[in-house]
Amino acid sequence: MLAESREWFFWGRRWATPPTTPRPTKLITVLRALLAIAVLITLTACSAGSTAYSSPSAATITIGFSAEPANLDFTSTDGAAIPQALLYNVYQGLVRLDAQGKVVPLLAKSWTLSEDRRTYDFQLRDDATFTNGAHFTAEDVKFSINRVKTAWTVSTKASMDVVDHVDAVAPDHARVVLSKPSNNWLFAMAGRVGAMFTPTGTADLRTTPIGTGPYQLDRFNRGDSLVLKANPRYWGPKPTFGTVVLKYFADPTALNNALLSNGIDVISSVQTPDSLSRFETDDRFTVVQGTTTGEVVLSFNNARAPLSDKRVRQALTYAIDRRALLATAWAGKGLLIGSMVPPSDPWYEDLSNRYPYDPDRARELLAQAGQPHPVLRLRVPNLPYAVDSAQVIRSDLAKVGVTANIEELDFPAVWLKEVFSGHDYDMSIVAHVEPHDLATFGNPNYYWGYRNPRVGALLAQADAGTPEQQVSGLRQVASTISEDAAADWLFLLPNLVVAKAGITGLARDQVSDSFDLSNLGRAS
Amino acid sequence: MIVLRRAVILLVTTAVASLVVFALLAVLPGDPAQVALGVNATPELLAKARHEFGTDRPLPVQYADWLGGLLSGDLGRSYVTGEPIAPRLLDRFEVTLWLVGTAMVIAALVAVPLGAFAAVRHRRTSGVLVSAASQLGAAVPGFLAGILLVEVFAVHLRLLPSGGWTPPNADFGAFLRGLVLPALSLGLVQAAVLTRYVRSAVLDVLRADYLRTARAKGLGPVRALVRHGLRNAAVPVVTVLGLQLATLLVGAVIIERVFVVPGLGSLLLDAVGTRDLVVVQDVVMLLVVAVLLVNFLVDVLYAVLDPKLRRA
Repeated sequence: MLAESREWFFWGRRWATPPTTPRPTKLITVLRALLAIAVLITLTACSAGSTAYSSPSAATITIGFSAEPANLDFTSTDGAAIPQALLYNVYQGLVRLDAQGKVVPLLAKSWTLSEDRRTYDFQLRDDATFTNGAHFTAEDVKFSINRVKTAWTVSTKASMDVVDHVDAVAPDHARVVLSKPSNNWLFAMAGRVGAMFTPTGTADLRTTPIGTGPYQLDRFNRGDSLVLKANPRYWGPKPTFGTVVLKYFADPTALNNALLSNGIDVISSVQTPDSLSRFETDDRFTVVQGTTTGEVVLSFNNARAPLSDKRVRQALTYAIDRRALLATAWAGKGLLIGSMVPPSDPWYEDLSNRYPYDPDRARELLAQAGQPHPVLRLRVPNLPYAVDSAQVIRSDLAKVGVTANIEELDFPAVWLKEVFSGHDYDMSIVAHVEPHDLATFGNPNYYWGYRNPRVGALLAQADAGTPEQQVSGLRQVASTISEDAAADWLFLLPNLVVAKAGITGLARDQVSDSFDLSNLGRAS
Repeated sequence: MIVLRRAVILLVTTAVASLVVFALLAVLPGDPAQVALGVNATPELLAKARHEFGTDRPLPVQYADWLGGLLSGDLGRSYVTGEPIAPRLLDRFEVTLWLVGTAMVIAALVAVPLGAFAAVRHRRTSGVLVSAASQLGAAVPGFLAGILLVEVFAVHLRLLPSGGWTPPNADFGAFLRGLVLPALSLGLVQAAVLTRYVRSAVLDVLRADYLRTARAKGLGPVRALVRHGLRNAAVPVVTVLGLQLATLLVGAVIIERVFVVPGLGSLLLDAVGTRDLVVVQDVVMLLVVAVLLVNFLVDVLYAVLDPKLRRA
């Protein structure tokens, strides 16, 4: 149709040209005009060109990621891509998470906790230096923690609310006093809110990050890559790769192709699990499979009928065959969990069989609740895993008499507005990737709409108690929300990393916000 | 005269387009502040961000502010990066121009000989085959051609990179290698479309009286076509080339995503995703102005080519 209408247009033009004997100069004029356009294009094209790129070498490693940072400032911009690139690599905190998810020393050599669990005394390294030359001292600790409270705008800043004040007791001794005991605070200090800044290095965080880590920013080629180079002043062991190129691919297939065609060395996280077999069967590559902190959750609007009825939520949970769903949505990779806790947390328990697949039981419960044929709105983000899962869920629910009407919403903008902030939904599906997000069930204003005072009390006790009390308290929270069918935890996203054979030091489990580059190496 | 009239139309269309672009984005659901601050943002932080972005002001004020900026050469600042947009836009436009320009050249180089051949031989099998092949080629979406080219040349043969971009002044060899596949994906599909136009144009010329006269005067078929036919056939083909430039600019949006090329298209898609509305407005306006300018130039070119139109 389109081509035809254009042809018609072209005939109209053609008839406007009288078929007189043409002068020979016309062809030349046309050619000249075309040439002029070509030259114009070329000149415009040559005039710019401010971006610089590096050439690959043995000391360089190129890692493919799927999401590009919007800018380099995680104090004012949310999103996983910024801390993924910069945390532990450029920025460091007093503590960090080790490969098992345990809090261990980093810029603090050690710390002590007072009897009332409110006062932390950190003994600091005296050999750490920021990339702008400033020496790292207790004053920077005070500055950084206070700055979270005053200057940060992202929501994670709330984890610093519990800090009452910070004292720089000596250059290598910082004391943090909390208003109440909090285990969550120390854990948060291992994440982005714990990153240490220097007062002389926060002028332009969006483009110039200044930290104490093994790497510093070389160039940020927007739309393409972030290039980090080894920090010559780094206090710790020198990283193997002098240059790391973090290359961004919005298209998951392009990311796979880049590794297959030798364009990159590592895929940080395979987004198309179906394609994993292609790498597994090829001995040019190694595949690392582990767990993440990303729970894919079928959320129920607990605040609104009919899902405010526990029996209806239980019925839906019984009605969904999660193993079959995992096979469809994520190629069977991943883990069935049954609650909001990944295996890397000490309070993990396998709760995946609390509500086994049982359509008969689902129908029974729906009848008991007086809702044999509910009609529900399943409003999901337009992301592949969510859309695929929604199809399976719709067909599973149809088998027990539940009608699920799927609506796809543009992610993140529309989904955030309608579902997350507006609470205008019955069911939705999204991956909750933040570590320790179990605590969201203690927030009655969160989009789950879940209100259970006991969960709130247990969470508070766990935060204030000893590590043992924390583990047992959070275990109870996890099993309570699972029992309540507060949501249906469909599966835990797997950590799927593919690298060229011989690349070492890739973390099996993704436990923190960071993609740690400092341990990477090449087997000789 | 016609140039002046066309110029006035160009200005009015641009002004209307700016209003349409702004209005369309104003009704797009999604709050830039919410997207920037993420899932747990408090109402106070959101209000602060909206104030910073200026999205809490009345729409006419926002529009006037944006348009005033455009006229004075200030494209505004990105919500997401906080940086001025103009330098980034130019960087990206440069990349897209390379891509589209190369695709255009490929399309013309393939289509003109092939189309002429198909027209001259339109009654023979070879001509019909070319014609059928071009029909088929025109039906293939550019991104599909791109995926196939990557699978063959990058993944299996490992001859060319599967994506990525190197500026020409950094490493010219790498630049060319990176340019080949995306430019081919864009260019070959357009070549198929263009071949059909060249074929009909040449076919039409072949049937014209003056060509019959030329043949009667003793010129061979090829000589007659080259001396008297091609220059007439070129007129409609130039129009189509102009129209195709617009198609190519739009097609580049998808091709850039497939090949991870940091051009205007990737910038546009990213900006829509993060609701970086000022960037979206600027990119769309730039594309609109580019397309309008090309149409204007084609119209002017007509007037140059055809004296009769100059008086119209």
